[in-house]
Amino acid sequence: MSPITNFEPEKGKSLSRHSIKPLQYRRIIKKYLPMLYVIFLLIPIYFLVCYSFKTESEIKNSITPIPMLGTLANYKAIFNDPQSYMAFINTLLYVLVNNVISLVVAVPGAYAFSRYSFLCEKHLFYWFLASRMIPPATVAIPLFQLYSTMGIVDTHIAVALAHCLFTVPIAVWILEGFISAVPREIDEIAQLDGYSFPHFFIKILIPAIAPGIGVTVFFCFIFSWVEILLANWLTTVDAVPFGSIILRAGTALGLNSLGWLSAMAVLAILPGVLFIYFVRNHLAKGFALGQIS
Amino acid sequence: MLKPTRNSSFFLILPALILVGGSSIIPIITIVNFSVLDVFYGNSFIWVGSKWFIQVLNSKDFYYTLLRTFAYSAIVMAIEIPLGILIALSLPRSGKLVAFYIIAIAIPLMIPLVVVGLLWLLMIHPQWGSLGVLLSLLDLRIDINNVIAAWSVIVFVDVWHWTSLVVLLCYSGLLAIPGRYYQAARIDGANRWNVFRYVELPKIKRVLIIAVFLRFLDSFMVYAEPYILTKGGPGESTVFLSHSLMRTAVQQFDLGYSAAISLIYLSIMVLFSWILYKLM
Repeated sequence: MSPITNFEPEKGKSLSRHSIKPLQYRRIIKKYLPMLYVIFLLIPIYFLVCYSFKTESEIKNSITPIPMLGTLANYKAIFNDPQSYMAFINTLLYVLVNNVISLVVAVPGAYAFSRYSFLCEKHLFYWFLASRMIPPATVAIPLFQLYSTMGIVDTHIAVALAHCLFTVPIAVWILEGFISAVPREIDEIAQLDGYSFPHFFIKILIPAIAPGIGVTVFFCFIFSWVEILLANWLTTVDAVPFGSIILRAGTALGLNSLGWLSAMAVLAILPGVLFIYFVRNHLAKGFALGQIS
Repeated sequence: MLKPTRNSSFFLILPALILVGGSSIIPIITIVNFSVLDVFYGNSFIWVGSKWFIQVLNSKDFYYTLLRTFAYSAIVMAIEIPLGILIALSLPRSGKLVAFYIIAIAIPLMIPLVVVGLLWLLMIHPQWGSLGVLLSLLDLRIDINNVIAAWSVIVFVDVWHWTSLVVLLCYSGLLAIPGRYYQAARIDGANRWNVFRYVELPKIKRVLIIAVFLRFLDSFMVYAEPYILTKGGPGESTVFLSHSLMRTAVQQFDLGYSAAISLIYLSIMVLFSWILYKLM
């Protein structure tokens, strides 16, 4: 081969190598980054689940990635102690009350925002969203006073009402998007068919936006379930959420109840994970609410 | 689409309005009330004008706390927003793994705030925690009594917890971009950066604004995680506004002073949300 013909492909090769190299990096990143990120997210949770199946001495003496002497003692301890398991029931109760209230008021509200224009419509919509800017810490004391004059401090109703501060706006926001996606002709046809307004809501509108309701409940559930500041502050004995118990036990981490705490934590994570599994197909739409509004 | 005007539909919103107003407007009015009054024996109120505000604005502690909160917000957002966009870009848009990725990525968002704190408190323990032991093998001991270590832990935990929100929001924005946009970009000879800059970024701008908003608001209200992880220590170095406010209000029961802080806190939130909104 002549040196020239030898030279030509060499040059071409080096050129193409230069232009391909960053591409390859990119392909590698694209291939492995999501997986790495997911592993990074799930590892601590995996270890938490492990801890919850270990005995106290096993946690403190050996760091094994799998529980060697799998024990259910931690979970049994929680289910045998009324104070611990009632904390979960309390949380579930106020979250349920909150979600029902939020949905009942948010569906008509979202319908109005989606279908009609009226006095101060835009302002009201933004005012709803602006209540997201209120730090719970600033309203804690006034809410406590308000609820104690109403005589509902330390009840599930109090926490459920307080959580409406952020669940109702998010519910109105999400539902507005879903209702706007339902063609308005349906309203008119229902009217012509002689449906009364409440009838139309229950029989036609709500089935039409069922996925939207699912997504809304999901978000309201999560926001209310994870909140601790108000829930802790508004309860003392009868309606104490699991968060307060973990807060009390966790901040005094001198600790000889790590397994028990881990089991509490696992039980606290469980409902959210179950829930996410049920709404997984509609979740992307829920997160896409940015484009809708 | 033009919507018909019907003012009576205001009544449909009224229940929601009353509920949200009941837990926002009424407390805020109460705070305004407290911020100009002094309380004696729990029942006699005296007008003190701007005394509490002057006291707050002259207190060094308040400025330090405010500065810390801003620093925290800025650091956390500077890490989470780019990282979230990067991961959202690298997620597959279709295929079998998508559902798995979405569920796995959303899991941290479902975890109660106290549990996030507890989880990482267990993880970083130098004797029992897996991460703590791993790091101590590398001769790195996480000493929560060191200011830099405490801050790194808190920021790290926040990144672990909240980057997913940015990822999911951006991902849902990216999914909405039609394939022909990419084809057009390829015909124009755009490289990857140009595709991102001129096709993807404008399209995800709206969700990105929402992500920035939510991250700003939440990081500025942060309470439970630092409270559990460091208890505000060492010294005051990880006390943020919500924590400091709860301390003044609940432990010292200093109503007027904490009401003044609350109002300033609230106006900062609104002001900065407005600035963010105007900037973007």
